[in-house]
Amino acid sequence: MIKLIKFLKPYIWLLAILVVFTYLQVMANLKLPDYIAKIVNDGILGKDMSSIYQNGGLMLLVTLGGGICAVIVGYLASKIATGVSRDIRKEVFSKVESFSINEFNTFSTASLITRSTNDVQQIQMALIMIFRMVLMAPIMAVGALLKAWGMAPSMSWIIAVASLSMMALIIVLFSIGLPKFKLLQKMVDRLNLVTRENLTGLRVVRAFNNEDREEVKFEKANEDLTKLNLFVNRLMVILQPVMMLIMSLSMVAIVWFGAQLIDTGSLEIGNMMAFMQYAMQVIMSFLMISIVFIIIPRASVSANRVAEVIETEPTIKNPESPMKLNPKGRGQIEFKNVSFSYPGADLPILTEINFTAEPGETTAFIGSTGSGKSTLINLIPRLYDVTSGQILIDGVDVKELKLEDLYKQIGYVPQQGVLFSGTVRSNIKYGNKQAEDSEIEKSAKISQAAVFISEFEKQYDNEIAQGGSNVSGGQKQRLSIARALAVKPKIYIFDDSFSSLDFKTDAQLREALVTETKNKTVIIIGQRISTISNADKVIVLDEGKIVGQGKHGDLLKNNKVYQEIAYSQLSDEELKAVKPNFEKSVLKGVK
Amino acid sequence: MSEENNIQTPKRRPGGPFGGPMMAGGPVEKAKDFKGTLKSLAKYLKPFWFRIVLVFIFAIASTVFAIVSPKILGQATNLIVDDYVNIKAYEQIMAQLPAGTKLPKGTTGADLIKKMPPQGLEKIPQDKLSKIKTLDLSKRPTFHFESIRNIILLLIGLYILSAIFSYIQGWIMTNVTQKVTFQFRRDISEKINRMPLSYFDKNTYGEVLSRVTNDVDTVSQTLNQSLSQIVTSVVMIIGIAIMMLSISWLLTLVTLLILPLSFILMTLIMKKSQVQFVKQQKELGALNGHVEEMYAGHTVMRVFNGEKASVEKFNNINSKLYHSAWKSQFLSGMMFPIMTFVGNLGYVAVAVVGGWQAINGKIQIGDIQAFFQYVQQFNQPIAQTANIANVMQSTAAAAERVFDFLGEKEQPKEAKNPVVLAKIKGEIEFNRVKFGYNPKRTIIKNLSAKIEPGHRIAIVGPTGAGKTTLVNLLMRFYEIESGTITIDGVDIRQMKRADVRSLFGMVLQDTWLFNGSIRENITYGNQDASEEEIIKTAKEAHVDHFVRSLPDGYDMQLNEEANNISQGEKQLLTIARAMLAKTPMLILDEATSSVDTRTEVLIQKAMDNLMKGKTSFVIAHRLSTIRDANLILVMKDGDVVEQGTHKELLAEKGFYASLYNSQFALMES
Repeated sequence: MIKLIKFLKPYIWLLAILVVFTYLQVMANLKLPDYIAKIVNDGILGKDMSSIYQNGGLMLLVTLGGGICAVIVGYLASKIATGVSRDIRKEVFSKVESFSINEFNTFSTASLITRSTNDVQQIQMALIMIFRMVLMAPIMAVGALLKAWGMAPSMSWIIAVASLSMMALIIVLFSIGLPKFKLLQKMVDRLNLVTRENLTGLRVVRAFNNEDREEVKFEKANEDLTKLNLFVNRLMVILQPVMMLIMSLSMVAIVWFGAQLIDTGSLEIGNMMAFMQYAMQVIMSFLMISIVFIIIPRASVSANRVAEVIETEPTIKNPESPMKLNPKGRGQIEFKNVSFSYPGADLPILTEINFTAEPGETTAFIGSTGSGKSTLINLIPRLYDVTSGQILIDGVDVKELKLEDLYKQIGYVPQQGVLFSGTVRSNIKYGNKQAEDSEIEKSAKISQAAVFISEFEKQYDNEIAQGGSNVSGGQKQRLSIARALAVKPKIYIFDDSFSSLDFKTDAQLREALVTETKNKTVIIIGQRISTISNADKVIVLDEGKIVGQGKHGDLLKNNKVYQEIAYSQLSDEELKAVKPNFEKSVLKGVK
Repeated sequence: MSEENNIQTPKRRPGGPFGGPMMAGGPVEKAKDFKGTLKSLAKYLKPFWFRIVLVFIFAIASTVFAIVSPKILGQATNLIVDDYVNIKAYEQIMAQLPAGTKLPKGTTGADLIKKMPPQGLEKIPQDKLSKIKTLDLSKRPTFHFESIRNIILLLIGLYILSAIFSYIQGWIMTNVTQKVTFQFRRDISEKINRMPLSYFDKNTYGEVLSRVTNDVDTVSQTLNQSLSQIVTSVVMIIGIAIMMLSISWLLTLVTLLILPLSFILMTLIMKKSQVQFVKQQKELGALNGHVEEMYAGHTVMRVFNGEKASVEKFNNINSKLYHSAWKSQFLSGMMFPIMTFVGNLGYVAVAVVGGWQAINGKIQIGDIQAFFQYVQQFNQPIAQTANIANVMQSTAAAAERVFDFLGEKEQPKEAKNPVVLAKIKGEIEFNRVKFGYNPKRTIIKNLSAKIEPGHRIAIVGPTGAGKTTLVNLLMRFYEIESGTITIDGVDIRQMKRADVRSLFGMVLQDTWLFNGSIRENITYGNQDASEEEIIKTAKEAHVDHFVRSLPDGYDMQLNEEANNISQGEKQLLTIARAMLAKTPMLILDEATSSVDTRTEVLIQKAMDNLMKGKTSFVIAHRLSTIRDANLILVMKDGDVVEQGTHKELLAEKGFYASLYNSQFALMES
């Protein structure tokens, strides 16, 4: 909570005004019972009509003044609270946008989303509460208490007892209730999980005729939730009646003990009535204060989570004095003794990687899951930084380059086609805002996206929903390839980017790509042998080490890991078709 | 069939247990058929009618007590004031007499007045004079503490009763709403299992989920609030009006003139704030959407230098959000001050008019005090009634969505006298099958194919050609429009759905496993399997080895996303599951990507084991599988365009040939 105080700084003057008007508002509210006392004592009992008019008029003015103050307080409170949360939100978002994958991994994407949205919203709610109630309650409580004390010190104990029991009631109820609220959330989650499971597995459930079993599971979750809900609600239903009881009883007590004071002549009737009002105000203030006690800890959890994000510095940043790439360079990539371990991991995922990817050539990586292929290519655009060794582009270490300049060299196509909401056009030109329509269309044609774009109702202006949920996996991949092409980079990175395409589209796409990437450095990761078999250089990875480099044919002949992969995917016949002089004996050895 | 269904956890409303006044004035959704929805809701409440009547009775009782008590408290004050006036009068009179004067017993004010000079009498007002006449002057008057105590004891009793009644009312209401909620959820859950799969093609899981949680929650919460609120508010308003009238019609008139002001102001502000709330909700949605999207696509955003544009877009939405946020907060925050202000206005009016009347002896101070309390109490039910229409509307809107869902079309009824197949050969015939997911668009126009027992059928075709459609029809997930599908000569529509499905084992690419132990997952299709059977099957499916290497082995719990085992391991488990179900026929979808090569070999072997001697349909990706199949069904744009063996189809030089060659040509290059 305290770490976020700096966000209040720009609002310091508004805050000061807020405090002043809160004070005035409280004072106005405290003044009213005084007038009532006067009306009763001087006006009614003293039979003085002019005093009634005079005090009534003053009361009206004070009420009006108090109302205006309340409006101003409300205005300032909402302006400051929403303003502060806007600033916090902005800071959090730009911070997260500057994060590297490392920070995303430590926080997890889901958590970052909650921190940027929900948590800030929680802070805003708490701030509004604080500005409207927390500031007011103590002033009100102290003021009303002083006034009451001044009128009948011997009855102050009634206020004290009432306020304390009010506080006790709330604190007891909520300290039992709050943990249950958390549990309630868990049970709701459980119910959601069971329903979601049933829904996502609807075919499997039906295929195995297990509808009844799912219903039993749901019933259990539903029962648990209902039981706890009953408990919590029955508990919370206590609140209102007991609160009313406390207030009513304190009124009665004031009348009873007030009567005795009046009897001895130490209290006037009007003052007793005013005392009642003050007692009310004190009790209400304590009510507010105890609610705040419950709100603040919850908000401070959110505040801490937000502060954590703001205080985190991205690990991958621009160098202080960046170097420039030779504009004539063609995008040669060189890995020099590169090793990499994920933060906190015991073993490196890549060890001693050395290779050069030449411009005009296609360099392909293959290896089983966990062999480090994806990690390796993620090092080129500095999504992660190498643990040791160097990655050079045209002889310059990637760490010496301005990130923006580095990214401009690279056309990156991720494994899962990631699209953003907007149009087909806005997605293709995402990396190159200056791209003209002709370039966009050309990119779409090469990536084989033009075929389905032309079937869209609004073609290039067709809308893409959030996350690209309204296009299929294969379409997403083709559009992400088009996006990379539109950048016109020197280096292309395809991270298993053809997996969702059928054989035919795959083949057509690849043919079209050949001319486009003729002079570029192309890096490909593939799962299928067919994807990588025509690369100029295939690098076989196994457990983070390079275990073979060469052409498909050579590797098939003399690389065990490669043979194993190839065998699992193609039948003997096909392997022979790929390489007619392939020796069967080698294959048998693999079996 | 849509490839992806959005699975999202529905968002819960903010506010939690502290919704309260802060959230007042939120946007209100309207039901399309308000009356009809209320009727359906009433049906749900019917079994609880007695308890609801009890709720009403207790609510009325507790409210009546709350209404009566200020007047009684006022009477106590009146007693005090009377005694006080008498004491004052006594003291004034005694001050006129020489100090230490003792008047004989029984001397009243009247006796004294007789002896007083008329000039002095003129100074005393008439009403005071009549009181003094009966005043006993022999001793100082004291308070009637006994009567006051009686009143106070009565009051305490009333307060406690009122609190108890109010709690009982809340308790019963909670029980009713929770039971109704429970019933709602159960009905939805059962409904899900009776619905045709086609419903879920058009609606995302997220939508259905949000009915189970959000909508049902809204209904139960508002039901809880509104039902008792309607009663108490109405009783309060009427009751207070009656009590006020019984004290003074003039003061009542004054208060009633002021109160509509609060009503009007409140509705006015509520309308305004709703507009802002809707705006705020929209901006918040846009902002959350942008955040989710950019964080999920962070890598791409970064590598394509999209940071600046993304932050710019965010700032833009953020400042729009700020504007609607402060306005809606300000306006909804206005409610409380306005209520207080109007309350205070009422105060002043009562004080002035009441004071004037009291001077003239028309009412007493205790009455004014009671009026103060009534004016205060009046505000709450008025604010509630102003809001009740909104509460009802949003209840109806949420309830309507639930009822709409419960009213959706269900699967067609089962055949009247279902045929049960005793011994399965596994001969399947499609005869002039016509089908479309959407009645307007036929996908399979006229499919006929005969599948011999024990044969292996490969279904091939490009992405999106509708290969799963065939599976859907075979399993009777969808009903065909015309033609027949027969198993061993029996139309599958003549059989029970469950019986048709029990004939097939199914392994899909989507490796659905549930949050439970591995053992539970393997036995999902055959819960009576013995431990030996499980282990034997697990060995055949090549899962035994890896399962034993896991912590807790077969008892290991799969977590919620079932991501504590790898994709390939999941695939193997689904194979084991299908194996253990021991079905006479099989439907398989070959896994392709995202599985490492060693696991892939295992999966292939496991599938081969599974298919031995059984009629099986394979959605094939692997050329070897396709070539070895007894029959290949080639699909394109949803329909089966060619069928035959590999050799026949190649000779045909049709779509299959071009598909095959495009792949084959690639291999040669």
